[in-house]
Amino acid sequence: MIPAAFDYVRAGSAEEAISLIGEHGEDAKFIAGGHSLLPLMKLRLAQPSVLVDIGRLSDLSYIRDAGDHIAIGAMTRHMDIEKSPVLAEHVPLLAHAAGHVGDPQVRHRGTIGGSIAHSDAASDLPATTLALGATYVAQGPNGTREIAAADFFQGFLTTALAADEMLTEIRVPKMNGAGWSFQKFNRRAQDWAIVGVAAWRRNGESGVGLVNMGSVPILATSVSSALASGASIADAAEQAAAEADPQNDLNASPEYRVHLAKVLVRRALEEASK
Amino acid sequence: MQIRVTVNGTVHESDVEPRTLLVHYVREVLGLTGTNIGCDTSSCGACSLHLDGEAVKSCTVLAVQADGCEVTTIEGLATDGEMHPMQQAFMQNHALQCGYCTPGMVMAATSLLKENPNPTEAEVRIGLEGNLCRCTGYHNIVQAVLSAAGGQ
Ligand SMILES: Cc1cc2nc3c(=O)[nH]c(=O)nc-3n(C[C@H](O)[C@H](O)[C@H](O)COP(=O)(O)OP(=O)(O)OC[C@H]3O[C@@H](n4cnc5c(N)ncnc54)[C@H](O)[C@@H]3O)c2cc1C
Ligand code: FES
Ligand code: FES
Repeated sequence: MIPAAFDYVRAGSAEEAISLIGEHGEDAKFIAGGHSLLPLMKLRLAQPSVLVDIGRLSDLSYIRDAGDHIAIGAMTRHMDIEKSPVLAEHVPLLAHAAGHVGDPQVRHRGTIGGSIAHSDAASDLPATTLALGATYVAQGPNGTREIAAADFFQGFLTTALAADEMLTEIRVPKMNGAGWSFQKFNRRAQDWAIVGVAAWRRNGESGVGLVNMGSVPILATSVSSALASGASIADAAEQAAAEADPQNDLNASPEYRVHLAKVLVRRALEEASK
Repeated sequence: MQIRVTVNGTVHESDVEPRTLLVHYVREVLGLTGTNIGCDTSSCGACSLHLDGEAVKSCTVLAVQADGCEVTTIEGLATDGEMHPMQQAFMQNHALQCGYCTPGMVMAATSLLKENPNPTEAEVRIGLEGNLCRCTGYHNIVQAVLSAAGGQ
């Protein structure tokens, strides 16, 4: 399978990438790791006329301690997140979740920025960063703006990013001392989750993100409010699907997904409470 | 588009269409047919090769994305006619039957040991999760990687 023909330009800076996208208009697309985009292009489900390669913007590949949060460049690959000592210390949930994306070959190419911009509800890092209360930084022709993860995912593969905006940084609050858990249920190695759960608890607060429980990544706020008002883990987990709207597909019916979400949220909260 | 890629130590300058996949570039332009295409949908790992020293699925990389990079294919592992220790370990442990998955398995396994020189059996199994084998049942592949790790 070969993608439809396109023109290819490689950007040397974020500014250049943004102006190239603006110049080439609607049919132009950024390509970072290419591990969501190229499979779609090979199936001709995507046929951009121009690819603007941002994969070489190495100044956007970093993981930095920024005081109350960790700043992660959009071009940071899953493998670098998985192996990061800074994240292992301050946000181990994110490092662990990144280690569950696809397989090592995928993690050598795919980036956190690409994963979040693509915003597949079945992907691990959108739901995980949502659970962690992350903020995304977008750069456009008129400068940069911050978007809360809770406002970012707007519909199936649709985000708050404008066509000429690029995701440049992901800011994740430090979670030192929090209990956490990442539960990924799939039947075959390397597959996307049929349902996944990213959860943390600290001092009466909690965050629970659901993978593949709707057209967007879901923040299970009912679980967190149940916990905050003193519900047991088992009772809180019963609320797992309150915000979800799971789909029917080859792998599971909506009813089965709801059941899985309750079981996995319970397991996640038990692990995060140890 | 003009690209310059170092493949198995040799610099190649080629004019490719941007949509050329890296696997088609090494197989059809350079004639290095050791890298196989299995699924063509990023799942099976048969097309694994090293891009700047790390295993990637070359059916999911554009040749233009490899411009200026170093590529190693299965043909580039042996030195002076001596098989790479991982290739020897595959042979000694009967880690292949039809051999279709083998180039990708060997490239994924050498990349794995670079990142984790002394893996446990579980780590080998997880580390090779991106590579499918329809013949062996994986047991001997895992043994081969463990024995190559021990011998290094
Ligand atoms: C075999 C396989 C298995 C996988 N399994 C999983 C899995 O289990 N879990 C999981 O979470 N993911 C999985 N993935 C997806 C993988 O994580 C992708 O790498 C990731 O989703 C996209 O990142 P990328 O850098 O490759 O983005 P690309 O494919 O380059 O881009 C994806 C989209 O985002 C846009 N984009 C990219 N970067 C930016 C940016 N900085 N700003 C604005 N727009 C941008 C592009 O224009 C494109 O539309 C798998 C992929 C494969 C091939
Ligand atoms: S041919 Fe590339 S992963 Fe199967
Ligand atoms: S040996 Fe036949 S596919 Fe692995």
